[in-house]
Amino acid sequence: MTIPIDLAILTLVVISGIGALAVKDLLGAAIVFSAYSFLMCLAWAVMGAVDVAFTEAAVGAGVSTVFCVAAVFHTTRRTKD
Amino acid sequence: MIAVVLTGGLLIFHTGDFPDFGDANSPANTYLSPYYLEHGQADTHAPNVVTSVLADYRGYDTMFETTVVFAAGLACFFLLRRKKSPEETTRMYRHLPTGVTLHIKEGGKLPAEDSRVFRRLDSHFVPHQIIIKNTCRLVIPFIQIFALYVVAHGHYSPGGGFQGGVLLAASIILYAISHDLRRAIRRFPEKVAALFGSLGVLIYAGTGALCLLFGANFLNYEALAPLLGVDAVMARSHGILIVEIGVAFAVMAVIIWIYYNLSSAGKHDEGL
Repeated sequence: MTIPIDLAILTLVVISGIGALAVKDLLGAAIVFSAYSFLMCLAWAVMGAVDVAFTEAAVGAGVSTVFCVAAVFHTTRRTKD
Repeated sequence: MIAVVLTGGLLIFHTGDFPDFGDANSPANTYLSPYYLEHGQADTHAPNVVTSVLADYRGYDTMFETTVVFAAGLACFFLLRRKKSPEETTRMYRHLPTGVTLHIKEGGKLPAEDSRVFRRLDSHFVPHQIIIKNTCRLVIPFIQIFALYVVAHGHYSPGGGFQGGVLLAASIILYAISHDLRRAIRRFPEKVAALFGSLGVLIYAGTGALCLLFGANFLNYEALAPLLGVDAVMARSHGILIVEIGVAFAVMAVIIWIYYNLSSAGKHDEGL
């Protein structure tokens, strides 16, 4: 039962990971990265590591996104490369 | 690029040597994990094994994790913090009863800082979003109660100091985003953040040092039993709670502190 869920989540994790690297807009990259964190949180929860999932949801998807947005707000929105 | 591909290839090649996921005969699963699972409840009176491993069996690791978090806050402070520029050229105020925005040029007469009629705005225009402000005001107390529950209930359910601290910090950050940074700083000043951060680390390390004073190993909470007036197992349970509170203090203060420095580029005046 969990194998299809695992596969779906892992596929989405890989897609959003590549997406976060590929997006040129840094604000968009921050948001895609937050989606990546949220999917990782789902993956932890499926594997039964609820503590880690909780931390990932609070720190990865919540606070670090705010930090990234704050940093983008004071620097530039476009990458050079 | 070649180095990355080479290293990645080597790493992937050698994952084949690892034991399978959930393999009962792997070294990690043969004696350490069963010990924690079988004795965790009896040793520490904490049904959540993750918490008892993190804060009791591996308390030394967690203490330095807290220290690392605190060091991150300090590093952000030293890198980013600047003195407030003496006086900006123009300031913007909103007259609350009418919603009119006023630009006040340099040298103009400024309203009082705590005026109830005029409220200072950031220099990029901020619309008057009464729904967002009041919704956040409504939600923040519940977030904080939930965070306290997470901290206090770390023994029995997922959660603990780190998660609870992050939730507390998130409530303050939500306040700073929905209102403005100056009001958040007035509620939770920078000095308080610095104090709470170091206090959290001090609570953790101090608990360990107290155990030393009572003649046991560092962070062996059983030594606190006479001080807390309970038996050795409950003393470990209470010891876990004490250090979790320390971790929550440190994490909350440091995350808020980093947010203040990062969102206002170290000026603590205008933020997100």
